[in-house]
Amino acid sequence: MVRETGPISPMLAATKSTNGGSDSFSAELSFRLNGDSHIVVVEPRTTLLDLLRDRLRLTGTKIGCDHGTCGACTVLVDGRRVLSCLTLAVTIQGKEVTTIEGLASGENLHPMQQAFIECDGLQCGFCTCGQIISAIACIREGHATNIEEIREWMSGNLCRCGAYPNIAAAVYRVSREQGNL
Amino acid sequence: MKNFTYAAVKDYGQAFNESERRGAVFLAGGTNLVDLWKLGAIAVDHAIEINSLPMLGISASATAGFKLGANERMADAAAQADLAKHYPVIVESLFLAASPQIRNMASLGGNLMQRPRSITYRNPDITRVDPPSRFDAIYGVSQRSAAPHPSDFAVALLALDASVRLRDAQGERTVKIDDFYRSPENSPEQLTTIRPGELIVEIVGPALPWGFRSTYTKIRDRASYQFAIVSVAAALDIDGAHIRDVRLAAGGVGTRPWRLIKVEDGLRGKPASVESYQTAANLVRGTATTHTYNAYKVPLLQNTIVRTLLKLEAMV
Repeated sequence: MVRETGPISPMLAATKSTNGGSDSFSAELSFRLNGDSHIVVVEPRTTLLDLLRDRLRLTGTKIGCDHGTCGACTVLVDGRRVLSCLTLAVTIQGKEVTTIEGLASGENLHPMQQAFIECDGLQCGFCTCGQIISAIACIREGHATNIEEIREWMSGNLCRCGAYPNIAAAVYRVSREQGNL
Repeated sequence: MKNFTYAAVKDYGQAFNESERRGAVFLAGGTNLVDLWKLGAIAVDHAIEINSLPMLGISASATAGFKLGANERMADAAAQADLAKHYPVIVESLFLAASPQIRNMASLGGNLMQRPRSITYRNPDITRVDPPSRFDAIYGVSQRSAAPHPSDFAVALLALDASVRLRDAQGERTVKIDDFYRSPENSPEQLTTIRPGELIVEIVGPALPWGFRSTYTKIRDRASYQFAIVSVAAALDIDGAHIRDVRLAAGGVGTRPWRLIKVEDGLRGKPASVESYQTAANLVRGTATTHTYNAYKVPLLQNTIVRTLLKLEAMV
């Protein structure tokens, strides 16, 4: 599916060119998001986080600090976990983005989502989407073989409720279920 | 925040052409630049994305030294087996920095260009100064800034006598890490000696056959994802029971990465023992500038030096 999103802000509408050239204050961006192709026109100043939330209405990815210190905005770009608040949308040209909305298959939750529920890995839930995305990458990277290692490699995701023991337990459970231990 | 124009460049010619534009900045991983731009600390009129420039490749050996492409990401360099084998201090400095997400994004060149995390560098007015705090540097401080330099990687590179290869439209030059960084003095905006329009294209280090016995110790307020309050990069060469050669650099204590030359001199030829390490580590006191809140960094640095050398001694 290709989704076309036209210019929506007055500033975008006022620009002459949308070809991404260096004189342009907007650029056409083509990328894949949770399996779908998207073509959108974005301003270079737009972060991936703002594109996801404000333009594409995928609000699962959260704005925490907006400065790269909390991890609430973690998404996968070409399978690698990154901070969408520090990623300019124009730099993901041609790439594949995965957010929390892309994990479940219909009504079936991703095993990591299920494990967070069963291990009580959240309280307020604000950091949870970033935690889950980060946890999936953590296992894929091979950094989830024991609780100590999980704590170190999940340290980029802060939880102000302090649900860390249960978050680590959820990651450990999925890692074990996938035969990594 | 003011919008800016953007160009993703494919080659150096294009990059240096674009850099002629007013308010142009190079953008790699963006982990520091986008943060500073949001704060208004760096004005961006034109962002030149350099991630497609051919500044890649990592090689390391005991006899030929190491070469690290500036566009390599911290996470990728940290996972490189040859580098880990011959110069572990480098991969440890990378692994112990930031978070997995940031290490996936941040380039090696960008790591060296990051700004200290103090108000001076994180607001539009560079004349602002933080009140004295326990984070302040004890070396290279001036009235304008006592903010410690944040890069762990740069401290490891300094200990290994590495250099950066810089390139601009006119050509290339190679600058030692020691000459690349500068203390703030009266111009805190000049953290390095890089020139406008210049790019770090590669980081190179000379051969150090005993570089395999090197390590990075990082002391932090929390166990992970935190800047150093004190760190030590060290390499040790022991001949029987004596220290033949040693390299020491410290982070968290200087407004720039800080080489501990006097301590190194105090160790060469001495017995490899905790007494020698303690005696030499005492030499860090001489030039330290401290106040009530950061005086603890002096004994902490001494202890970190001793602990690091004991760890290396045990590797023999």
